[in-house]
Amino acid sequence: MFPYSRRVHQDAVPSAPALEIRDLIVAYPGTRRLALKGVRLCVPVGAQIALVGHNGAGKSTLLKAVAGLLPVRSGSIAIYGNPPGACHHRVAYLPQRGEIDWRFPITLRKLVLTGRYVHLGWFKRPSRQDWCIADEVIDRLGLSALRERQISQLSGGQQQRALLARALAQEAELLLLDEPLNAVDAETRHLMIELLRLLRHEQKTVITATHDLGRLESDFDGALYLADGREIAHPPGAFNRMKVGALA
Amino acid sequence: MNDILDWLTAPFQFMFMQTALLAAVLVGLTCASIGVYVVLRRMAFIGDALSHTILPGVVVAYLNGFSLSVGALLAGVCTALGIGWLSRREAIREDTAIGVVFTGMFALGVLLMSQARSFRDFTHILFGNILGVTADDLRLIALITGGILLLLFLFHKELELTSFDPIHAEVIGLKASWLRYLLLLLLAFAVVSSIQVVGVVMTSALLITPAAAASLLTHRLWRMMGIAILIAVASGVIGLYASFYANVSSGAAIVLACTGFFLLAWLWQVLHHRLAQPETEEVWN
Repeated sequence: MFPYSRRVHQDAVPSAPALEIRDLIVAYPGTRRLALKGVRLCVPVGAQIALVGHNGAGKSTLLKAVAGLLPVRSGSIAIYGNPPGACHHRVAYLPQRGEIDWRFPITLRKLVLTGRYVHLGWFKRPSRQDWCIADEVIDRLGLSALRERQISQLSGGQQQRALLARALAQEAELLLLDEPLNAVDAETRHLMIELLRLLRHEQKTVITATHDLGRLESDFDGALYLADGREIAHPPGAFNRMKVGALA
Repeated sequence: MNDILDWLTAPFQFMFMQTALLAAVLVGLTCASIGVYVVLRRMAFIGDALSHTILPGVVVAYLNGFSLSVGALLAGVCTALGIGWLSRREAIREDTAIGVVFTGMFALGVLLMSQARSFRDFTHILFGNILGVTADDLRLIALITGGILLLLFLFHKELELTSFDPIHAEVIGLKASWLRYLLLLLLAFAVVSSIQVVGVVMTSALLITPAAAASLLTHRLWRMMGIAILIAVASGVIGLYASFYANVSSGAAIVLACTGFFLLAWLWQVLHHRLAQPETEEVWN
């Protein structure tokens, strides 16, 4: 009824890629240092792409710019043919764990439910269906027993899974995952990988930032290597089944 | 038994005591429920600053003979918007900006007060006088309470989300800064309504102490609000009895009662942790 952003329900441009970034330059507000210095990327619908680089290489910045959290200094971002912020319901962003106040008094179930808010807007309360969707994804991520736990009483891996559950509850088409496998336990890692496969099955587009591909190479369609805000050549021997950067 | 009942009911034969009781309950409701957000969002310093910056507004209103509440509201709203605007820009750290504005405004208020013929008139603004609440004051307090509770209810979902995860809010197109302004405005109104009860200097105690005590006792937001409201209202009533029977400052008695409840909550929490050490180790890691 009253969406948070008036541009919230723009339709996807037919045959547009899920994400198209041209010569993107981004600086954090209030600083002059450029965090991204001309990045190009084109991701077709249904592809799963890894952003690889060390800390500070610009992976998180790229995801934040796509999520509409940072102003674009120059260049362009198109999400299903629309600018960032034109289709909030279609983009889910999984932040790094440290960006949330975990001591806030809410339960895991409520945290996951906030993934439905983009569909509700102002004043509307979550319906029974919204709760059902939240419970379903909680179940899928093996968190059912912890549903009523306050979020600070979860382990790191459980918190990461809770955030992923929220991203799934949003039923978005483009998922931006910032270091989802960073410092998580083996069980969480396993579950995440299973889930990425499932998402591929559902034709979801996924962009995952990671500083270490590890054994995941077979799970991605391609990778964009970043260093100091720029795309760099693939390290020798690194996989790149689909030439991600070249598509732009 | 009857003696105790008499002792408890005797004060309320008086009209002014009934008015004061209603005022205490209403202000407790408002301050405690909004105070929970203030505490959870770590805005305690802003709450304190807001109550102090209202002083010049009140003094100007008093010297020019118009309603003190209107003067307080204008000053409060200006400060709320000013703080919101200052903290939007990153040139000055927020707490520094608040510190500068808050002491400057308070000093301005004191300066204006010193120009007035009698300093005494202002003691009830500085320290509150719940027994002096008039019917008009009560109407305004009731209006503010109703408005604040309604808005907190309507925007609860958004206030909650922007409190613990403003980034997700931004991603879904919900401007966290709007909710911040809303909360600052509500805070200004809450402070104005509580000035009659505890005064400019101690208003922030009514906002923060009950909520802080409640946050020691539970991990659920609604329960936290409920406990905070209970503590604030109970403190108001205790303060009333104290000022009626012991003839002490009502504002100070109310605040001290809040502090007492906080100490009890803190003690309970410490004991609870001691008794459940092995479990809490796991829980808090």
